[in-house]
Amino acid sequence: MAKMIKLLSGNEALALGAYHAGVEVAAAYPGTPSTEILESIARFDDIYAEWSTNEKVAVEVALGASYAGARSLVSMKHVGLNVASDPFIAASTTGVGAGMVVVAADDPGMHSSQNEQDSRHYARLAKVPVLEPGDSQEAYELMAHAFDISERFDTPVLVRMTTRLSHSKSVVKTDRERAVPGRAVGFQRDVAKYVMVPAYARLRHPVMEERLVGLAAFAETLPLNQVLWGDRSLGVVSSGVAYQYSREVLPRASFLKLGMVYPLPENLIRYFAVQVDRLVVIEELDPFLEESIRAMGISVVGKECIPRVGELNPDIIEDGLRRIGLLNEVVSSPGPGVAPGLPKRPPLLCPGCPHAGFFFVISRLGKRSRAPKSRGKAASESGLVITGDIGCYTLGAYPPLNAMDTCACMGASIGQALGMVKAGTSQRVVAVIGDSTFLHSGITPLVDAVYNGGQLTVVILDNGTTAMTGHQHHPGTGISAQGKETRAVKLEDVVRGVGVSDVRVVSAFNIRDIRAALRSSLDSSGLSVIIVRGPCAVRAPRHAQPRVIDAEKCNQCQLCLLIGCPAIRWESKRIYIDPASCVGDACTICEQICPRQAIAPQFEVGVVAPA
Amino acid sequence: MKKFDLLVTGVGGQGVILASNIIGEVALAAGYDVKKTDTLGMAQRGGSVVSHVRLGRGVYSPLIKADEVDIMVAFEKLEAARWSHYLRLGAVAIVNNHAQFPLSVNLEDERYPDDGEIVGILRRSTERIYLIDGTSRVEALGNPRTLNVFLLGCASVFLPLKIRVWQDIISQRVPPGVQKLNITAFNRGRKEMRRVYLRQGAAEYGARVVDTEDVRGGGRA
Repeated sequence: MAKMIKLLSGNEALALGAYHAGVEVAAAYPGTPSTEILESIARFDDIYAEWSTNEKVAVEVALGASYAGARSLVSMKHVGLNVASDPFIAASTTGVGAGMVVVAADDPGMHSSQNEQDSRHYARLAKVPVLEPGDSQEAYELMAHAFDISERFDTPVLVRMTTRLSHSKSVVKTDRERAVPGRAVGFQRDVAKYVMVPAYARLRHPVMEERLVGLAAFAETLPLNQVLWGDRSLGVVSSGVAYQYSREVLPRASFLKLGMVYPLPENLIRYFAVQVDRLVVIEELDPFLEESIRAMGISVVGKECIPRVGELNPDIIEDGLRRIGLLNEVVSSPGPGVAPGLPKRPPLLCPGCPHAGFFFVISRLGKRSRAPKSRGKAASESGLVITGDIGCYTLGAYPPLNAMDTCACMGASIGQALGMVKAGTSQRVVAVIGDSTFLHSGITPLVDAVYNGGQLTVVILDNGTTAMTGHQHHPGTGISAQGKETRAVKLEDVVRGVGVSDVRVVSAFNIRDIRAALRSSLDSSGLSVIIVRGPCAVRAPRHAQPRVIDAEKCNQCQLCLLIGCPAIRWESKRIYIDPASCVGDACTICEQICPRQAIAPQFEVGVVAPA
Repeated sequence: MKKFDLLVTGVGGQGVILASNIIGEVALAAGYDVKKTDTLGMAQRGGSVVSHVRLGRGVYSPLIKADEVDIMVAFEKLEAARWSHYLRLGAVAIVNNHAQFPLSVNLEDERYPDDGEIVGILRRSTERIYLIDGTSRVEALGNPRTLNVFLLGCASVFLPLKIRVWQDIISQRVPPGVQKLNITAFNRGRKEMRRVYLRQGAAEYGARVVDTEDVRGGGRA
């Protein structure tokens, strides 16, 4: 086989590694930074790859495939593992059939997450091994090890990534091809293994404990754990991308590079520790390795100099080591540092976004949006609470819209809203959730609201895609992860099916209809659902007839600025719409809300306000 | 083998990541070890994008340390200022002369720095600041989407990578049907960079004749 040398991202490398290792079923829900793993592996026609409704379902699908004798792969972001933790731990309890690998990608620095979490702890809770690669070559090679370990020890294997690894490209060399292990596919009954009634579950726990002992012994000679001798005055224990930063900062130190971070190879660690003068653990987020090493009675330094919070980089590690005297070099005068006071670029709703119109309406209704001129005065609250959820629409929380009051985790908007109602607040509560999020985990709280009752408005913002993570398909789009046409699950059928009778569907680009539906819902006394539907601007780019400002009619009231559309600007004391960004006919929100009809397509306007 | 640490930055949608991918591929073809990393996720929604590209014999960290970037290619002026603290003393800063206002500036909450302020921020690290009219040049060429390969043409002047390899990789990485357009943009970018460099070099060095060989000087000795 011809040698392949390619620049691959960590995610692409994991996918290729799994493919070459003979994976047959892959399931995932999109989540930065893990999304590209499933996207990459879905390109192989001889693998079944699906976008599952959520991560719990994805793990269960993979588990069933594994039980039936097919190697399976699941991938998710760190909070997705929280959603999937029930079947993940169950998989550890029953063990697997064919190898099953679960990739969880943490997001140190919270580049696009609601929290910062060290998912290595799951290995301890679930009693499974966890592997951590340090670059794309290791990610590629690690997959074969992961499936072997899974089958040898009858356990799901956790592979832990971080954003920097998932989204960095490095060189991957291989001359391997895909090799599917020969085995008959088919489920073999084994009630004591697969049916976890207490009588059988009790038999599995001691098996899990023994399994860990076996894995710890196996870790001692696993090639993924390696000692690299350098200067013996300083020994560094590290894993993942933190190892790469450490090599950069301490080119002459000795290293114990761990590829399996749980269970730990205690003898190897002792062997290393005793031969160096000082031992330091350099790891991102929690002192996961450090605490285990200290518990072995080994003296070690770690979080005294390396932060627990945020993403690491070589500068942070260097500063920390220098502060506690582990770096001897002469420090050149520090550079200029970040230039202060530069305007930030927070992410925004795109021009033509189907969420903007709804947020504008509810923002005005709730007296949330402040005209720029009246900045500084407190907005009068009108007794409206907007619980929110995760997706592009979360950006509705930012100024000028200020139209979201909570955002905790996937699907939380509806349950939180119900909780507020049941707590007895006199405020009107509106829950806002996207289409993919609703299918992911919004159905169950909606059932709760039907069953337990309550005066509640649920708004489903349906843009026909899972947008924020890169416009993936979901059960509502009717197209699979591998591009095949399938059945679309219709949101209004689901909503009516669970028993909501007050259901309205309105266009995301019709302000009047949105306003009417919202007012009517807020006036009604029970549970109502409004589906606000419009295609995502990025996926349906149409730029016919950008809007312009009519200089004779505009009085600079700045109401249109409160939509938060990036195409609408205030320049030289005038409103200006950038024709390169405005999507024109496909949107028209600004045109609809202007109280003086001063926004229109160019051909309708006498005197266009100059740029 | 010289080491090169490059920073490519701009606003989501300008083609920063494709550009930094191409640099990586060209360097790989030339036998370098390469690591590159991007901040993305919400960049498409008008956010700041920055790519670190590291070329060398054996590269460990995908992230470049502050004060160690040899060459910055900035697609937008504010982003050039924002990441300027990564530049080493005397680094090459190629800055596209284009401003994209963030929403906060649109709403007049914040002020976009003027050119003097931006150059002043860059001058904390280097005098080798090259303002390139990339956006207007590619618009004149008729294809504003080739901005990224135009700026790659500028960067190529400072890297010991064969032009032919640049052109081959670019042809492979752009959508079918626009290869010629992109190669033209790359060549124009190269030409423009040499023109600006020689003009500024003549001002810096007075009457000294600047040889084409002198144009490459971006790496660490």
